[in-house]
Amino acid sequence: MPAEQVVDQARRSLHAVARTPGVPKPDPLLVADGVRRSFGGVNAVDVDHLEVQKHVITALIGPNGAGKTTFFNLMTGFDRPDTGSWVFDGTPLGGVAASRVAKAGMVRTFQLTKALARMTVLENMRLGARDQPGENLFTALVKPLWAPREREITDKAMALLERFKLDAKKDDFAGSLSGGQRKLLEMARALMSDPTLVMLDEPMAGVNPALTQSLLGHITDLRDTGTTVLFVEHDMHMVRHISDWVVVMAQGQVVAEGPPGEVMADQAVIDAYLGAHHDTDLGDDALLDEGGVIDAEAEAEAEAEADTEEKKP
Amino acid sequence: MDFGQLLTNVLTEMTGPTAIAYALAAIGLNIHFGLTGLINMGQAGFMLLGAYGFAVSTIAGAPLWLAFLVAIGAAVVFALILGLPTLKLRGDYLAIVTIAAAEIVRMVGRSTALTEITGGSEGLTGNSFKSTFQDASPLPDDRWALGPVTLATNASNSWWLRIVGWTLVLLACLFVWRLVRSPWGRVLRGIREDEDAVRALGKNVYSYKLQALVLGGVFGALGGVVFVLASSVQADSLGRPVTFNTWTILLLGGAATVLGPVLGSLLFWGALVFVRGFLRGAVPADVLSVQQVEQIGWVLVGITLILLIVFRPQGILGDKKELAINAR
Repeated sequence: MPAEQVVDQARRSLHAVARTPGVPKPDPLLVADGVRRSFGGVNAVDVDHLEVQKHVITALIGPNGAGKTTFFNLMTGFDRPDTGSWVFDGTPLGGVAASRVAKAGMVRTFQLTKALARMTVLENMRLGARDQPGENLFTALVKPLWAPREREITDKAMALLERFKLDAKKDDFAGSLSGGQRKLLEMARALMSDPTLVMLDEPMAGVNPALTQSLLGHITDLRDTGTTVLFVEHDMHMVRHISDWVVVMAQGQVVAEGPPGEVMADQAVIDAYLGAHHDTDLGDDALLDEGGVIDAEAEAEAEAEADTEEKKP
Repeated sequence: MDFGQLLTNVLTEMTGPTAIAYALAAIGLNIHFGLTGLINMGQAGFMLLGAYGFAVSTIAGAPLWLAFLVAIGAAVVFALILGLPTLKLRGDYLAIVTIAAAEIVRMVGRSTALTEITGGSEGLTGNSFKSTFQDASPLPDDRWALGPVTLATNASNSWWLRIVGWTLVLLACLFVWRLVRSPWGRVLRGIREDEDAVRALGKNVYSYKLQALVLGGVFGALGGVVFVLASSVQADSLGRPVTFNTWTILLLGGAATVLGPVLGSLLFWGALVFVRGFLRGAVPADVLSVQQVEQIGWVLVGITLILLIVFRPQGILGDKKELAINAR
């Protein structure tokens, strides 16, 4: 079956899924059970059950400190949970080292970009490829043993760099790239290993608006070519625009799940995270006038809250 | 002042066993620091273990090849003992552990309890372990002159030791050159930049760091063997200052370059002998005693290095661009 149909089917099958936190998915790639991690007395992550559907883009949203990045760290082996287990593509990955998680096909990027600054863009890319015989100390000494594979991955790296419009920079040090270009490089580098699941931690943070559009395109391209995407993001426009399914976390727990439109209309989500004005453009000058829409709404909200306070015993 | 003699002395020292030993140790340290970013503050410990391994096994009757293998084996074991518990931690811990471990090796080596084996603080005299190496020489027992430098062919500070020593340095450089340009070296450089990123790409960072630590330690041990073949095994002659000199040599020549450690060692020892010889000739003995000249030599080398670090932080052969974009 062609990739497009697979994706379409996967997206369609989500329509029938109930909108409750921790709901089972028709074709889950990642299934987490009872994953808990506490720092001191705080439960940073406390996920009872979560399934990530294969072949779609799932967004993980929630307020700062909701445990999204910690959850990423746990899933990818960069942190150990207190309890819990998870299965990726049929393989249990609880307690498995980060490098082996990546080898299993679950590759992540970082919120603070980790471009390898004093290596060239092309070297960064080559490092991402798997099955390199030359990465063994002894075969590394005999070039003919690894040169063919090196040519393959160089071709692949160039193709990816072209797709991400970084091919002109291939011999520059990664440290000389702009913040947005580093995000692109990190994403491209993650793709060198043909991952099954790409986990992007705030791919849009610090990226200028001109690049945002192309980044979005790259992410939907990923899905359309058969890669499953799970990403953390604060930019609600982006979440609404590209995700097929949204998981909302607050205080370490999954509080809501569903398609982006429905989740963002959910009162619990609005209260926990989005706030009443998530749809308002704060850049609109009209809002700054005294007695503008925001002021009026804020007053109404305050009054409503005061009312409910009074009603409570 | 006899400048001819001075230059001869400089040339003799630059090509001598000490420079060779430090070059080898710095090549090892370059694998640790320049390639992988490991901060090993105990390279002298690897050298000393290599020296003990070679000397003690030779005295026990081992043939030359076995003595070399014992020296290498000692470094491998030492690297594993140091690396296994510490390489999972962040960088600085390795620095603390290595400097302490190197001191432990020195203290144990010079302890009276081990006088039977290591000679205690007296050490092992050169004649007790040099015979197998000197017997292996194909050269006739003679004194040969090459240009201004006249040396014995086979005795301690000899042509034979220089030939073997520089061959080792050449092989080490070829080895490092091959590795730096291989995917293996690329993983190491990735670890130097950001080990979490490399881990996220599916590389077993711990194993690579351990490989680098062992490999660099082995070169340190070979340096130690060359060092003692010219003199004697004496624990205090391979103490902390040796580690710091090795670092200086590496930074002087340029970390993360193939030939930097070798050039650094040549210049370091050449400059030191030149400064001392020059002061001894130019300054009357009642102004500066011989001992004071010795110390001023170190002072001037230190000042030169400070200037170098300020004005050329990448070292002589280093790539300015690589250092200028230091993101950390």
